[in-house]
Amino acid sequence: MFHWLEKNPFFFAVGVFVVIAYAGLIEILPNFAEAARPVKGLKPYSVLELAGKEVYKKDNCIACHSQLIRPFKSETDRYGQYSLSGEYAYDRPFLWGSKRTGPDLHRIGNYRTSDWHANHMWDPKSVVPDSIMPAYKHHFTNVADMETAYAEAVTVKNVFNTPYGDDIKPGKEAYEKHLKEKVIPEALKIAKEMRFDKVDVVKMVQDGKIPEIVALIAYLNRLK
Amino acid sequence: MQSKAVMEYDYSVAKLYTWTAVIFGIVGMTIGVIIASQLAFPELNYWIGEYGTFSRLRPLHTNVVIYGFTVSGIFATFYYLGQRVLKVSMAESKLLNTLGKIQFLLYLVAATFMVISLGMGITASKEYAQMEWPLDILIVVIWVLWGVVMFGLIGLRREKTLYISMWYYIATFLGVAMLYLFNNMEVPTIFFSGGLGAWYHSVSMYAGTNDALVQWWWGHNAVAFVFTVPIIAMIYYFLPKESGQAVYSYKLSLLSFWGLMFVYLWAGGHHLLWSTVPDWMQTMGSVFSVVLILPSWGSAINMLLTMKGEWNQLTENPLIKFMVLASTFYMLSTLEGPIQAVKSVNAIAHFTDWIPGHVHDGVLGWVAFMIFAGLMHMAPRMFKREIYSKSLLESQFWIQTIGVVLYFTSMWIAGITQGMMWRAVDEYGNLVYSFIDTVSVLHPYYTIRALGGLLYLIGVFMFAYNIFKTATAGRRLEQEPRYRSPMA
Repeated sequence: MFHWLEKNPFFFAVGVFVVIAYAGLIEILPNFAEAARPVKGLKPYSVLELAGKEVYKKDNCIACHSQLIRPFKSETDRYGQYSLSGEYAYDRPFLWGSKRTGPDLHRIGNYRTSDWHANHMWDPKSVVPDSIMPAYKHHFTNVADMETAYAEAVTVKNVFNTPYGDDIKPGKEAYEKHLKEKVIPEALKIAKEMRFDKVDVVKMVQDGKIPEIVALIAYLNRLK
Repeated sequence: MQSKAVMEYDYSVAKLYTWTAVIFGIVGMTIGVIIASQLAFPELNYWIGEYGTFSRLRPLHTNVVIYGFTVSGIFATFYYLGQRVLKVSMAESKLLNTLGKIQFLLYLVAATFMVISLGMGITASKEYAQMEWPLDILIVVIWVLWGVVMFGLIGLRREKTLYISMWYYIATFLGVAMLYLFNNMEVPTIFFSGGLGAWYHSVSMYAGTNDALVQWWWGHNAVAFVFTVPIIAMIYYFLPKESGQAVYSYKLSLLSFWGLMFVYLWAGGHHLLWSTVPDWMQTMGSVFSVVLILPSWGSAINMLLTMKGEWNQLTENPLIKFMVLASTFYMLSTLEGPIQAVKSVNAIAHFTDWIPGHVHDGVLGWVAFMIFAGLMHMAPRMFKREIYSKSLLESQFWIQTIGVVLYFTSMWIAGITQGMMWRAVDEYGNLVYSFIDTVSVLHPYYTIRALGGLLYLIGVFMFAYNIFKTATAGRRLEQEPRYRSPMA
């Protein structure tokens, strides 16, 4: 049979495809629906948090930080309750990471505050003297892309039925209304909590230019 | 046509990819040395503002080395040896030759935009699948074009039986196509939001645990179909050709090929041990990872036994050195992987530096060594010139070997140290170390790793110089060498 296959490239290719394809079917499909179900009470990310998640992706925090607490005592002691599948139901993409050069962040919102994050992102050594993490000062001056975050919320609501309210709908007008009524007040609260004097983030938010750091902190505070 | 007859082949596309392999090798591994140094000396994060931090550069390193260097090497060797084992020249079909060149140009465009977009932080964030949807579509086009050229050549072939290398290239084509398509299923946000936001932004079709499963089904098997399968295609051609020895066992190659195809895809779950993926999937991932030793070692042993009775060549020919060490590193790496996939070992190893250590003994010792040897074997035949310098090749071999050894030994120690410190408890059951203790302790190992990487990079520069001089200043050859590559 193998000799014959080696002379018949079409059937050879079909043979290879069949052999490699069904592992995926058997391992991924059976649990698909169940794994997509959220834990009770899980709320979708706010637009500000989504923008923060984009900052997290853009500066690639997953290169060094995981968001997956494994079910060992040494991990639950350090980071809190081990992670549950349903907690990730709104994570597109998942951000578990594969390397912990820095600590896990899945429940960072439980034990760090907005002002801690502000100081840490400005200069990590100011709060953790031996830290090897780079400073992310540009988060304080770059303006977060709120429109794309809003577009993402609209997309997941329409395509995947993520339970957002009626105010999340397509179009520029709806976006601007949402920005003014929901996003800026939420951002202002974070900006004030930061109690940061090197850059006037409160003023930036009031001017409608929400800096990346505010969105990022909103996202990190949400992780709990 | 009989093999005795001299055929002329058209190497224009193979040459182009040879040069991109060299250039991307230099770029990707230079970034690698930079980010390795940043872990040892964090001040190095600030040399070009937000674009120079470890976090931003790390995907650039992985993507340039995988999709730039390795994939160029795969295409270069395919466009070289595909013609030869099928006994048909690219020049015989104007269409295929043109498609091959278009494929190269599109590849260059995609690679350029990949570097720019990742540098800007535009990313889908799934490891080794970071590129956003417009680039994904371009990559599908490039891949399909490659398939057209490959099956076109197969259609025109004079040698009816597909040689082992072709089995592996066909598998590369199919495997990557399937995995890439499913893992990169994403919804562009601009189409569903009334035209709001960045046009290139998308969200993954899968969420949370499902996304993780699909991603590591991809991530692990991208290793299979980019770092293993096409590299085996190379060694099955270049080692017998360079040594003048017949492949040791046809049956063993059969067993390893179909075994590898069957087993590899199941093992992706070992990236998700102790995660929120169901236990039975994790166990399947573990078990199949251990079984994977069989087909992996099958290929490696088949290659080593091909040298039976001719081990003297190891001392005489640096290209044989590269290839024999490559199969040895392949054995090391495919033993180490299954060990890490055992659940209790994984509990310590996962998230630590042992993982990049494992990756690099595979990619530096096996993948890159094989690509260097393959391209160097091709050079005298493509350029019709003698290899420029044997002693340079010898020195490259030793410098890079020392580099790899420093790299993986330091990362083994670093990883196990870190894994043990994370879980260390005192007599009352309290954690002994704060997280930062487990970081500070790694400084010496990070320094050694950066040094190992630097040595390897120096070797890459030696290789680049050597192959460039071969193409431009090597002594001209009257006639194609039959087996051993001539070198000055």
